[in-house]
Amino acid sequence: MNVKELIKLIDGHLYNGSADLQREVKGGCGADLMSDVLASIQPEAVLLTGLCNPQVVRTSVMADVAAIILVRGKTPPPETLQLAEQEQIALISSPFGMFELCGRLYVAGLQSLERAVDGSDCNCDS
Amino acid sequence: MPPDSLFQRKTLTQAETENITRVEELAYELKVEEVMTPSPVTVSPQTSMSAVLELFRQNRISGAPVLDSGKLVGLVSIEDLLKCLQKADLESATSRYMSTRLLTVKASDPVIEALKLFVSSHYGRMPVLNNSGNLVGILTKGDITSGILHAIEHDYHEEEVRRYRASHLFEDIESDRSSLILRYNIKQGDFTHGGAASSAIKRALLRLGANPQIARRTGIAVYEAEMNLIIHTTNGGIIRVEIEPNQISITISDDGPGIEDVNLAMRPGYSTATETVRELGFGAGMGLVNLQRCVDSMRLESVYGRGTNLRLKIFLSDKESVGEGS
Repeated sequence: MNVKELIKLIDGHLYNGSADLQREVKGGCGADLMSDVLASIQPEAVLLTGLCNPQVVRTSVMADVAAIILVRGKTPPPETLQLAEQEQIALISSPFGMFELCGRLYVAGLQSLERAVDGSDCNCDS
Repeated sequence: MPPDSLFQRKTLTQAETENITRVEELAYELKVEEVMTPSPVTVSPQTSMSAVLELFRQNRISGAPVLDSGKLVGLVSIEDLLKCLQKADLESATSRYMSTRLLTVKASDPVIEALKLFVSSHYGRMPVLNNSGNLVGILTKGDITSGILHAIEHDYHEEEVRRYRASHLFEDIESDRSSLILRYNIKQGDFTHGGAASSAIKRALLRLGANPQIARRTGIAVYEAEMNLIIHTTNGGIIRVEIEPNQISITISDDGPGIEDVNLAMRPGYSTATETVRELGFGAGMGLVNLQRCVDSMRLESVYGRGTNLRLKIFLSDKESVGEGS
């Protein structure tokens, strides 16, 4: 599934024109704690979150996230939008809640790219 | 090229599809003012059509806005001139032949808005107005095409040159041990710019030719450390990254307050973060644990009341540095 198809599936609104709509989304991860995202997410996932500060974009850049979905129709503040524009990562808002969005994406065939956090496992590449 | 080869090319190459996507992006990124012809030649409603003809010929243009005491009242184009020539009426005033049903665009609009108007209206050119409604330029489809082509060439060239230069950095310099040192000063409490240094470091590594996994691990580790400087320190701190062909050494240091109990700080889930920090999505007590998972070696030294010094190392094997995709 690419970003364009993803937007359609969730009645999403894309905030930034710089995003690559053809970028492939390999799976998903839902979290509001950025440390959890950094610890558990695998590359090329869509990140579903209720948080909309600039750190969401920074975290996504660091973790090679393919697109960001702000759940429950949240509107990002200008600084978040500006950073997403600059980093060319899709910032999408959807009217649906976290639970429904995860369900829709899972049913559409996206797998979970959220790995259990195991303190002893030191394998950061995947 | 034989004529039918044009019809035989049905499939687009990877490079071509990438360029098309970039054109779409540019249509949103570029502003009308960046591609328009600024300060266009203008005429007044009283100007004779023969003078317009002469003006078009001299300036090699095919249209001009008509201004009456500085106010935009119409647009005269080569099509209007043809109608006038047909009637052999060149001594008439411009006001008689100009188009007054105008579509205008704003200088600050993205190019995509103008493109939509061109497609829906079939107009050849549009006057460009600033926020106060004054004429600042004129826009044709040709202006948009050349503006986008120019931007593509610029982009392509810039990133290519950067990558080429950076990826060959160590090759041309002879020494017993070469390294590149990057330093970043991080301000305490600066949440808005939190992660800017980590982004810059990740980008630098990619330009230097590091594989995506190495860049990702380094980025995540430095990001956690950068957020720690912003959240926990008294006066901020310094991130120093030393890049060598086979290893990346990172030092993060600050002058206080220091960690009271290092063992406790390393325990997953332990956190001293405030509610405000937690609302930003941090302070889950996973920072140092996560950081350690991403690096090959980590040394944390802290004196409570004096400051903290964190040293991280990531080793690059030949296999890792050649890049195997993600």
